[in-house]
Amino acid sequence: MTRQIIAVFKKDLLSEIRTRYAINSLVMFVVITISVILFSVGNESVPADLTGGLFWVVVFFTAMSGLSRVFVTEEERGTTLTLRLLAKPAVIYLGKLLFNNVLIFSMNIVIAILYSAFFDTFVIESKEIFIIAFILGNLGIASASTVLAAIIAKASSKGTLYPVLSFPILLPLILTLINLSKSCISGTSFEESQVSLLILFCYNVMMIAASLLLFDFIWKD
Amino acid sequence: MIWKVFLYFFILAVSIMGIAFPIVENPIHWNEYPYIPALGENAKIIFFHVPTAWLASIAFLMSAYFGIKYLKNKTLVDDIKSYTAAQLGLVFCVLATITGAVWANYTWGKPWSWDPRQTSIFALMLIYGAYFALRSAIEDSEKKAVLSAVYSLIAFVTVPFFVFIIPKMVNSLHPGSAGDPSPIGFKMNPNMKIEFFLSLTAFSILFYWLWSIGYRSLILKEKNNNLL
Repeated sequence: MTRQIIAVFKKDLLSEIRTRYAINSLVMFVVITISVILFSVGNESVPADLTGGLFWVVVFFTAMSGLSRVFVTEEERGTTLTLRLLAKPAVIYLGKLLFNNVLIFSMNIVIAILYSAFFDTFVIESKEIFIIAFILGNLGIASASTVLAAIIAKASSKGTLYPVLSFPILLPLILTLINLSKSCISGTSFEESQVSLLILFCYNVMMIAASLLLFDFIWKD
Repeated sequence: MIWKVFLYFFILAVSIMGIAFPIVENPIHWNEYPYIPALGENAKIIFFHVPTAWLASIAFLMSAYFGIKYLKNKTLVDDIKSYTAAQLGLVFCVLATITGAVWANYTWGKPWSWDPRQTSIFALMLIYGAYFALRSAIEDSEKKAVLSAVYSLIAFVTVPFFVFIIPKMVNSLHPGSAGDPSPIGFKMNPNMKIEFFLSLTAFSILFYWLWSIGYRSLILKEKNNNLL
């Protein structure tokens, strides 16, 4: 099973490296979003706790622009049926989830680097808590958006509907992340942020469990 | 027919009792409500706001329940039931938001302040909106049924976060929240409680009636189109 999951992941990675479709558009999207924020801010310095919130805005919209590709390309190229013959639904889901995780992690590391280069006030007091929140947040965004990408690939208006469907599902995650980033920027202890980190962890577990249960129905229609 | 007349008078009585009965400092008579500090006359909204909010969440639960049933049995009737529940749920969700905003305008000073409860009802409205957007984007009725059932179940996973976790984390000013020193139940006297539960029952019956009419008419429509 692990070998099959890795095979699905490798297939996606290889086709991504050959076409570079998602990577190119994602990088451009990051640059555009950050520059729009920079233009609207102008010469004023952004308050520190606001940068924590804006960071997740950039992450959310970047994720929305690229993460639906994994399933939409299969539908567009007509390779869904072949894939359905070759592997079990759970294997496909986990392979795609792995690929989306790699995509969002590399993207968000780029965002974090660019972001801290452009915003002087984006200085984090409690770095290690922010890193844990960052990892859990990325995992959560990837797990929720993978199953929604599978739904969206079957619907006819693929582009516009994806953020509409994802936002309410990601809202508890994003709210927790924004609050957590604010307290990380002003400095917090592990005991204080324990509950928020647990919420992020629970969100991941629940989302992946629900996706694994429901993915069969989406994939086999 | 007799049920409709009964429901009409039931809701009429509940509304009159909810609006007209006075709030006094020391209630003695059967038709007087107690004065609750910081709420005063605004407390009467509980007879209309809580039932609508309750039905908005019950409708969501029903929509998810019939979604599961559809995925299990693949009968389109279950999908129609789920869809009708979601339609009514959106109506009650809007009603709960409006009654809540009116109450907040007089109690908190402004209609909207992103209190955790307001954030959760906003998210519920977004979920309903996304559900209908998804349904309208798919042509094939079986595909529509499967995908919208799956979506409502995934959305259902996030409900505990909005209902139990986030309002407990961030301090809410909504009565009955974690920050509230004494839960609202202890401040209501027996006749206020009776009126509250009567109102809840009346609105629930109204919801059930609307829901059964809604789904039966949709079934007839589908039969007319020879889809069922």
